[in-house]
Amino acid sequence: MADTKFTDQNFQEEVLNSKTPVLVDFWAEWCAPCRIVGPIVEELATEYGAKLKVGKLNVDENQIAGKYGVMSIPSLLVFKDGQVIKTMVGAQSKDNFKKELDRILAN
Amino acid sequence: MYDVIIIGSGPAGLTAAIYTTRADLKTLVIAGGKWGGQLQLTTLVENFPGFPEGIQGPDLMLAMRKQAEKFGAKFLEEDFASADFSKTPFKITASDKTYEGKSVIIATGADTKWLGVPGEKEKIGRGVSSCAPCDGVFFRNKNVIVVGGGDSAMEEALVLTKFASSVTIIHRKDAFKASEIMQKRVRENPKVKIIFNSEVTQILGESNVTGVKIKNNLTNQISEMPIDGIFVAIGHMPNTGRFKDIELDEQGFVKVHGHFLTNKDGVFVAGDVHDAHYKQAITAAGYGCAAALEAEKWLEMPTL
Repeated sequence: MADTKFTDQNFQEEVLNSKTPVLVDFWAEWCAPCRIVGPIVEELATEYGAKLKVGKLNVDENQIAGKYGVMSIPSLLVFKDGQVIKTMVGAQSKDNFKKELDRILAN
Repeated sequence: MYDVIIIGSGPAGLTAAIYTTRADLKTLVIAGGKWGGQLQLTTLVENFPGFPEGIQGPDLMLAMRKQAEKFGAKFLEEDFASADFSKTPFKITASDKTYEGKSVIIATGADTKWLGVPGEKEKIGRGVSSCAPCDGVFFRNKNVIVVGGGDSAMEEALVLTKFASSVTIIHRKDAFKASEIMQKRVRENPKVKIIFNSEVTQILGESNVTGVKIKNNLTNQISEMPIDGIFVAIGHMPNTGRFKDIELDEQGFVKVHGHFLTNKDGVFVAGDVHDAHYKQAITAAGYGCAAALEAEKWLEMPTL
């Protein structure tokens, strides 16, 4: 499943109301580490398939980042049943992200 | 089997890669998940020679990488995990795979030195930052402080003036050590306030930063300052933690023997991981070149 584009408008429906856990990648065009993480997030979308909904939220085009205390990008937040259950700040290797995600999804 | 394995992908590592590949040495660069080093996190670089209009940090790193790859350097965007320098070929492990190299150049650079005060670690990314170009945008019309006294701290403060309504620099000494031109820019910026002889002792706030406790070093008085963000710019720590047998100096930087050699024959070093003194992109690039030339010479030596 390819990654989704999240916006202020579809956030409630796509992220908060989602039955499966959701990984939201907060990013912006001018952020170099975000450009490194972007393709990794797309690969995670494919690899986790139906187990995890994955998508990106552009912080220049949307306001909702502030609501979740995001003050640095890239920030990857995992939502489950409408709540943030994990925050990962900063660029990391794909392996590091997977270790965290596997741990969260196992619970 | 590689002739050279370069651990690190900042200006030191990438310049080394350009030189080793052009010397026809089979080169692997363990670039890391966040390749490119400290310059990926900055905006306009105005002091790297060759760019009279300056160049954006990420653009400079991309250009260096393209140049290294053009001559045949293989890039691995995986994190370096461990090294076995007990015998040649050396074994370097990244993401559970091990690679063999006849020689190694350690160019792992340095990472942010945090204050180490209560309330800091949990709020990184939630008001605690070490990169104004990265995170400044989240502090539009807010009040922020910068901790530090060098060029990086001045740079951070100036970048933040584009977003924040107030920027206060807090420095523990009574004068900055930054270059004159940066100090002048800061002094002349009406948005910047300066507090000398002071240190941040605690960062306050439940999930995000709401304030800091500041201690005046002369009077020992502690005061509280409400702020929305704190940018730490007090220097960097060399990334040496994963090297077990490499000798370090008293400050924790890789100890250099002779010309860019570590205590292990055939293992060279370049850049901020050994250099505590200059810490410039151009000096790192210069050291990367020198280490590469040394590695090339060493590989050509006849084995007894």
